[in-house]
Amino acid sequence: MSSNRKLGYSLAINEAFHQMMATDPSVFLMGQGTKSPWYVGNTAKDLLDRFGTSRVIDTPISENAMTGAAVGAALAGMKPIVVHPRMDFMLYAFDPIINQAANWYYMNGGRLSVPVVIWGIINRGGEQAAQHSQALHAMFAHTPGLKVVMPATPYDAKGLMIAAIRDPNPVVYIDDRWLYSCEEDVPEEIYEVEIGKGVIRKKGKDCTIVAVSYMVPEAMKAVDVLAEDGISAELVDLRTVKPLDKEIILSSVRKTGRLVVADVGWQSFGISAEVAALVAAEVFEFLKAPIQRVALPDCPAPASSPLEKAYYPMGEDIVEAVKRFNF
Amino acid sequence: MDYANDFLEGLYKAMLRIRLCEESIVEPILKREVLCPCHLYSGQEAIAAGLGASLHERDYVFSNHRSHGHFLAKGGSMAGMFAEIYGRETGCSRGRGGSMHLIDPGVGMLGSAPIVSGTISLAIGAALAGKIRQEDRVAVTFFGDGATGEGVLYEALNFAALMKLPVIFVCENNYYATHMPVRDCRVTNNIHKIADPFCIDKAEVDGNDVLKVYEAGRKAVEKCRNGEGPFFLECLTYRLRGHVGPDDNVQGQHTDIRPPEEVENWRQKDPIMNYEKKLVGQYSFDVDALNKIKMDVAAEVKNAHVSAKNSPYPDRKNVLRYVFK
Repeated sequence: MSSNRKLGYSLAINEAFHQMMATDPSVFLMGQGTKSPWYVGNTAKDLLDRFGTSRVIDTPISENAMTGAAVGAALAGMKPIVVHPRMDFMLYAFDPIINQAANWYYMNGGRLSVPVVIWGIINRGGEQAAQHSQALHAMFAHTPGLKVVMPATPYDAKGLMIAAIRDPNPVVYIDDRWLYSCEEDVPEEIYEVEIGKGVIRKKGKDCTIVAVSYMVPEAMKAVDVLAEDGISAELVDLRTVKPLDKEIILSSVRKTGRLVVADVGWQSFGISAEVAALVAAEVFEFLKAPIQRVALPDCPAPASSPLEKAYYPMGEDIVEAVKRFNF
Repeated sequence: MDYANDFLEGLYKAMLRIRLCEESIVEPILKREVLCPCHLYSGQEAIAAGLGASLHERDYVFSNHRSHGHFLAKGGSMAGMFAEIYGRETGCSRGRGGSMHLIDPGVGMLGSAPIVSGTISLAIGAALAGKIRQEDRVAVTFFGDGATGEGVLYEALNFAALMKLPVIFVCENNYYATHMPVRDCRVTNNIHKIADPFCIDKAEVDGNDVLKVYEAGRKAVEKCRNGEGPFFLECLTYRLRGHVGPDDNVQGQHTDIRPPEEVENWRQKDPIMNYEKKLVGQYSFDVDALNKIKMDVAAEVKNAHVSAKNSPYPDRKNVLRYVFK
């Protein structure tokens, strides 16, 4: 029954929307650009034609109220997805996301949960400078009551979107435009990738690379390069940033004794700091070398290409970090 | 206008329940039996009661920090409210929210939050939900004059107008945003006129006259039900207590905000006192009958306090419960 075919990352998201909207009338999509391929790529392809303007709502540029409206619709029994085609603009929506959605279930003693998906797209690079390129997942992961997922593959993009839509809690779903062109086999049927579970992309024994989002394909390249040098690296794709799959990280580090964390966000106070703290606290005695972090420096994103090349870490930076272990 | 006596009595009782609840919290606050910040609604009862009477149970309400009146008028449980204010497990938010987070989804009270303007966008979303499902539901958002300083209000007005959402924006203009007189926050005090550039129907009403509020609310609800929403309703009123807690915010006292003459002037416009006069003078209600209602409500309030104080606190081992469903 299941037939897999190659599907691009953005079309995998699109398929999740088609299937969830077709099977659940409470699911709807709103936000800027839902009818424009210029904005959201082909993630929204054919949705408007199929489901109409009442469930595919292209909105004015009003991030605060539009995100709040999605949260309010969720409180009233719907399962909205609200898109922020550039997640930098989500900062306008911190109130509905953090004050309201994240807290609502707790501060109301479990009386009403908020089944909303808040979807933000990272737009790294492209000389877009500091306000069109930011990866803000750590800010959301810092907040109790939010789940934060960051799929790195088309399979996960679909499965995590479906899981996010079905989750009774607010889920911040973050993807990266740089991932949109990758393709792989994606099942045609509806399936979930469990929120809170990472996956080992490559088994290894000498060191652990924990990566997230776009750093996963970069880490994959690094793993191949390292293999040529006889270093066997294990690659853990977190898939979900929060709740963090602690066990997959800890058990890998117990085995390898060395850890590199590769994040698409800033190094300070971010995911790499969290993973490093976790490992230091829980499996310190297994560590054979200081933890290495590959992340953005404490600096806004530059525009000019040579500066961008200096700014964004890539596979070779992960290779370099692993080599600092002096095997 | 002709009204059935039951209806008129219902409005009286609704306002009285709010007033007696609010004033009953003063002493427990002073004795530090109630610790969470309580923004008392005394003086503004006609608005919640008038709007409440114009809505069905299925309609949605979102409230702000001054939430007790909205909650009670929408049908929220008084016992649940007091238990919440006392921080008990039996509270409407199981002691996790306190006075500013009153909720009762079963009667359409979808929640309250003190982030100024924070629940306005939630209400337009609830209205949108009803519209997508093609249900006959109206959503109401209550906010104060202070909320007109927040940009999200204008975003919400625009979207609601664009989508013709069945939502009523109820601005309770009590002339003060915490300590700031409205004249120090806005160039004009014609708040209802902010609806004009969005082509939203509006009205300004004496927020201390429960029948006028009810009539304005009824028309607004009818328009929304006919697909002619949204609606903006400004209710002019005054809080007899200060911004938070029992302090009156009168000049010369600790918070030193409002001129005593101004407060006294508004005491003469007390919505309950004046409605009582109207019930007796214009609608031939018996004074003894009104006193009987007052005693019944007082007893209900007293019982709610006793029941709340006898209820258990949440177990500290459950402090992390309800982060996720």
